[in-house]
Amino acid sequence: MNSRRQFLKISSLSAAGLIFGGGLLDAFAENLVKKNPSHFKGPFDFVRTPTYCEVCFWKCAGWVYKDENGRIKKIIGNNDDPNCNGRFCPRGTGGVGMYNDEDRLKTPLIRTEERGEQTFREASWDEAFDYIAAKLQKVKKEHGPESLALFSHGSGGKYFGKVLKGLGSNNIAAPSYAQCRGPREVAFLATYGQGINSPENTDIRDTKCLVLIGSHLGENMHNGQVQEMSDAIDKGATIITVDPRFSTVASKSKFWLPIKPSTDMALLLTWMNVIINEELYDKKYVEKYCYGFDQLKEHVQQYTPEWAYGVTTLKPQQIRETARAMADAAPAVIVHPGRHVTWYGDDTQRLRAVAILNALLGSWGRRGGFYNPEKASVPHYKIPKFPKPNKSWREALGGKYNLADLALASGLCDASMPTPDLGHQIKAWIVNGTNLINTLPNQANTLKAIQELDLIAVVDTMPMEITGYADVVLPECTYLERYDSLRVSQGREPSIALRMPAVDPKYNTKPAYWMAREIAKRLDLLDYFPFENLEDEIDWELQQVGTSLEEMQRIGVKRIKREYDDLYFEKNEDIEFDTNTGKIELYSTALAEEGFEPIPVFVQHPEPQEGFYRLIYGRAPMHTFSRTANNPNLTDLMDENTLWVNPKVAKEWDLKNDQYVYLENQDGIISDFSIKVRVTERIRFDSVYMVHGFGHADKRMKRCFGKGISDTQLISNVMIDPIMGGTGMRGNFVTFRFDNKKEA
Amino acid sequence: MRYAMAIDTKKCVGCSDCVVACQTENDVPIGYCRDWVVEVMDGTYPQLEMEIRSERCNHCENSPCVRCCPTGASHYGEGGIVLVTENKCIGCSACITSCPYDARFVHPKGYVDKCTFCLHRVKKGLQPACVAVCPTKCMYFGDLDDPRSEVSMVLKKRKWKTLIPEAGTKPHLYFLI
Ligand code: SF4
Ligand code: SF4
Ligand code: SF4
Repeated sequence: MNSRRQFLKISSLSAAGLIFGGGLLDAFAENLVKKNPSHFKGPFDFVRTPTYCEVCFWKCAGWVYKDENGRIKKIIGNNDDPNCNGRFCPRGTGGVGMYNDEDRLKTPLIRTEERGEQTFREASWDEAFDYIAAKLQKVKKEHGPESLALFSHGSGGKYFGKVLKGLGSNNIAAPSYAQCRGPREVAFLATYGQGINSPENTDIRDTKCLVLIGSHLGENMHNGQVQEMSDAIDKGATIITVDPRFSTVASKSKFWLPIKPSTDMALLLTWMNVIINEELYDKKYVEKYCYGFDQLKEHVQQYTPEWAYGVTTLKPQQIRETARAMADAAPAVIVHPGRHVTWYGDDTQRLRAVAILNALLGSWGRRGGFYNPEKASVPHYKIPKFPKPNKSWREALGGKYNLADLALASGLCDASMPTPDLGHQIKAWIVNGTNLINTLPNQANTLKAIQELDLIAVVDTMPMEITGYADVVLPECTYLERYDSLRVSQGREPSIALRMPAVDPKYNTKPAYWMAREIAKRLDLLDYFPFENLEDEIDWELQQVGTSLEEMQRIGVKRIKREYDDLYFEKNEDIEFDTNTGKIELYSTALAEEGFEPIPVFVQHPEPQEGFYRLIYGRAPMHTFSRTANNPNLTDLMDENTLWVNPKVAKEWDLKNDQYVYLENQDGIISDFSIKVRVTERIRFDSVYMVHGFGHADKRMKRCFGKGISDTQLISNVMIDPIMGGTGMRGNFVTFRFDNKKEA
Repeated sequence: MRYAMAIDTKKCVGCSDCVVACQTENDVPIGYCRDWVVEVMDGTYPQLEMEIRSERCNHCENSPCVRCCPTGASHYGEGGIVLVTENKCIGCSACITSCPYDARFVHPKGYVDKCTFCLHRVKKGLQPACVAVCPTKCMYFGDLDDPRSEVSMVLKKRKWKTLIPEAGTKPHLYFLI
């Protein structure tokens, strides 16, 4: 393979570090308070400015406090914010580390060749934009606008999206869909005609029974949900946790079902069997709202608790008991749909089973189940219509995955490789705030695609691995140094929140809005960016909803009254669901039309061969994916992941606590780095577990380089969901190695 | 007035938010902490139990650290809060050795540092930073002498324990179990 886009390491970047020494910075910080007129005094003699957190997708609104010297001191939740109720999670509290991180990208970089060696050179913003604009135009001219793609996570995506759409492409994808929550959305759309979205419409606060399947609330700090789970514990709710690992929440559960991995579908179908055969389901609800009950009843007869015992290793009595506990609490029960659900490739079907189970219990639309969220409607300033793309992202999928409702990041990546059967080939990527090397499974595939590109421009705050493959790197300032579009959240009560800069951008970094507009300027697309400054657009929008930038700078969050009083279904209310039949579809007509099973079936998944263990990964409360891995405040809490190994397995392999091992997967891929062993009873003997987001290979991130293992590196077997193209990642098996030498 | 804190082990998820919030509130340098999280696991798969605790100085009523301090830097402050006067502390570490809870450390600036129950906030009527930030709202703070304070009420309602009671230090940190 040609190594045109060699991975670039630190040596070429040393100059940037020298330019921005500490002394300079101090002088810089001094005048901040005076310079920004919109700051005002907060209660503790500190200056405070509103923001909403960017460390994860929950987008909690809060205040940034500064000390007398104008330095950011702390970030605290906004009491009026329904997403966080004045309490940030550890990552948000430690968000200031993103700003202080001395390994940040500091200035634009362009890839060049010097004496036969590839290197990055520092560039001016103008040079960087000229380069990108010229390449985009060239690619568009030679291959059509459909050869341009945007991968994005986070606020800046909107602005680059406008550039892309203005050029005539709608290849805009976020890995949070096909690599994360996509199957859940498709499954709930198929069942209820409505997705789950974010923040989830789970009424945990008032639930009497919370069922978590592989979802580890408390380790994943989805703030509002963790807070409400704690409220529910206070009120004595029953928690049922299904997990091969004794997770934190398992330790808080009345029932922990230590299921054999990959058999969740069997349990879900068996629960349905018990609930239907013991007549525990909500008969009125099912009769009034649901379609296909008789087919479902007949279908689940085969899935008895005794059958499930052999498959899941869960005792029939446990399965019956937990089914009854759910029915006892119904309709105030939540079989939680989870969030990262791309596991085994039949994920849409598994989430369909979750949706159906909730329908049998009558929890959708009920207090303590799922409420009907509302989102504030904030008008947008009118801009010209975008040209209609000649070819849409769907065509890049070659006629597959018709039920996907959003573009697939993995699909666009595949379409970047020359294959005869795909509609068009993608030639240029803009990557905003997502480290595709660690977010897309099958790294070899991603790297291959990258080699085929004419342009890859990466926007990030940190020198993530993906920046090492870029032609141009645009250093973004952190969320603490910029305005971004309003946060318009769904919830029980709609709300809007403002993010404004607490301090000026450090180093030579800039906000994404400004970058996108500068690129647009060079492509004659300024009509799509009518406001020179984002804050003017924000102010315009705020005026439309009866507030202003000035007011929002003072209050940060505004709750908006619901337009409709329909948080829950009324008793006997007639409801038309947005499905083909207008009913909650236990039997999915949409799936049947596309040739898929209309009712979920159990499929046996492959199991680890002798000496191998299933690789399970998860989250830690102090980190968000790989994004926080170098944050000084958060690495202080956790600076490497560990490998959880059951004592029986440890004995067999003679593994000791704190010993470092390498892992090799079923395809012979050996981890770059080693990982510390944690021998613990908390994990099943057929699996090992690690937290995702470690094992960084980019030396420019000094705190996290080589710390722990990247699970993504070992995920080479990807099981694609035939329904919506999700990438199932839990079918990888690893074994222990004591060196990482590749066999000759 | 006797300040105390109760921590609900049934709700704490061990997220360490209390640790970060304390660090930023009290300028605790990275690499040090005034509060920390302990997980205690018991049993064999799948019969397991786990307790999670956010720990800090117990603000002992009978505190060995105050007793052994040669300079009087370690002392009882308002509401029985155990404090260290920075400029009186000579960094001899006698208190660190005497504390059964390992609650103290030598600050890089040379004096001994530890949890203050965020007295500077409490004086303003605010909660300690850790209590205010905790996403699970599992911590309760207040005056034991006031029967209507949150901490008194929750201690009346719930079962609780203290750590190493046999040391006779009379801790003011209670763990709800
Ligand atoms: S949950 Fe935590 S990281 Fe996510 S937005 Fe809220 S405070 Fe930030
Ligand atoms: S912030 Fe609260 S939940 Fe998190 S570790 Fe501290 S006490 Fe426990
Ligand atoms: S916990 Fe340790 S430092 Fe705190 S008062 Fe007791 S003995 Fe002193």
